Amino acid sequence: MTAATASQTAGPYWHLIDFPEWADLLRADGPNAGVAGGERIVLTGRVTDGQGAPVADAMVEIWQADPEGRYDGAFHGFGRCGTDADGMFRFVTLKPGPVPGRGNQTQAPHVVLSIFARGLLKPLVTRLYFEGEALNETDPVLQAVTPARRATLIARPTGAPGEWRLDIRLQGEGETVFLDI
Amino acid sequence: MTDPTGYRRPDPATQPPYDVPAYGSTHHRHPKQALVRVPHTLTEVSGPRFSPAWYAPHADLSTLNGKAALGERIIVAGRVLDEDGRPVRGAMVEVWQANAAGRYHHPGDQHDAPLDPNFLGRGRVFTDEEGSYRFTTIRPGAYPWRNHPNAWRPVHIHFSLFGAGFAQRLITQMYFPGDPLLAYDPIFNGIADAAARERLIARFDLDITEPEWALGYRFDIVLRGREATPFENDGAH
Ligand SMILES: [Fe+3]
Repeated sequence: MTAATASQTAGPYWHLIDFPEWADLLRADGPNAGVAGGERIVLTGRVTDGQGAPVADAMVEIWQADPEGRYDGAFHGFGRCGTDADGMFRFVTLKPGPVPGRGNQTQAPHVVLSIFARGLLKPLVTRLYFEGEALNETDPVLQAVTPARRATLIARPTGAPGEWRLDIRLQGEGETVFLDI
Repeated sequence: MTDPTGYRRPDPATQPPYDVPAYGSTHHRHPKQALVRVPHTLTEVSGPRFSPAWYAPHADLSTLNGKAALGERIIVAGRVLDEDGRPVRGAMVEVWQANAAGRYHHPGDQHDAPLDPNFLGRGRVFTDEEGSYRFTTIRPGAYPWRNHPNAWRPVHIHFSLFGAGFAQRLITQMYFPGDPLLAYDPIFNGIADAAARERLIARFDLDITEPEWALGYRFDIVLRGREATPFENDGAH
């Protein structure tokens, strides 16, 4: 067996593979153009570092199930977004459904978020959950996190239609729970 | 419902940590709390499929609008395999790099080296049935960075790969053989295991080299493999 190739940082110039339209999973000329149904949502948030400074050069990627909780349907649940000068990211997508977990468990609707950036020799992976979902109370990943830190994984409505916000703190006070996958 | 087979956990020596004191940018960006280990579910073992119909391949970085970029033309080819040696088919491979003078076509790169109007430095290819990929480019230049006094990145090409499962997602860098800068680079040396570092260095390959055209380099990439499938209960037989 040969061990997997080592990860290296995406560095500060990864924008050469940035295609800003990829942040809109529902774009008219994209892989989801023919997909019907589901609830359109916006996912936004700010990435900050251990000093509270915005991380303006991060690449954020998302991976999620479709509204029925499937990964093998027609919906292409992948997006990529570069953070702006304020460290903000913004995706347009469909709200995912509950996904089967291990055994007989059910996972609450969630979106995987991966952060790549200068200073990260491998990605930081976390999950975005939705405030108010009844399944959050029994979700196996949320239950594995100490209650005091659980809120770092739960997006809240901003008030704008369909918009949810989850800030990502790489280090220090309010540090986001990152997952070892 | 049967649980999906998860991906193998890496030997920590073969992957860099988040906190590498010699690499200054990690200081305020590495988490201080322990990561929470997640057993693999459908979320981690499934992954985005990229169709070339939506994500158009671009395998020749060495020309732009029919005009040749400056520098030493090279071919980079290799295979994408999993840890058990199985080819990873249809994997999307994205690459990006500096030009021959060591400058990125990027507004953030203010290195005092010339931009090349015929070189953007990004490409996208897909692996075939054998897991093979191939692209043509220009050998990039080394460039300075401000990590420490007189710091220079070794010559490298950035690689981004998507396997079959989200847990296989990989971004790495390909280095060149014999580069004296490797010994001083905290990014490369952030990997503890010498053999794992060595595997980030491409090999010159005369079989990939095309006469009168371009030198060839081989860079094979390994993505995480599946955990062993648990033995079935013998009582059922
Ligand atoms: Fe670079």
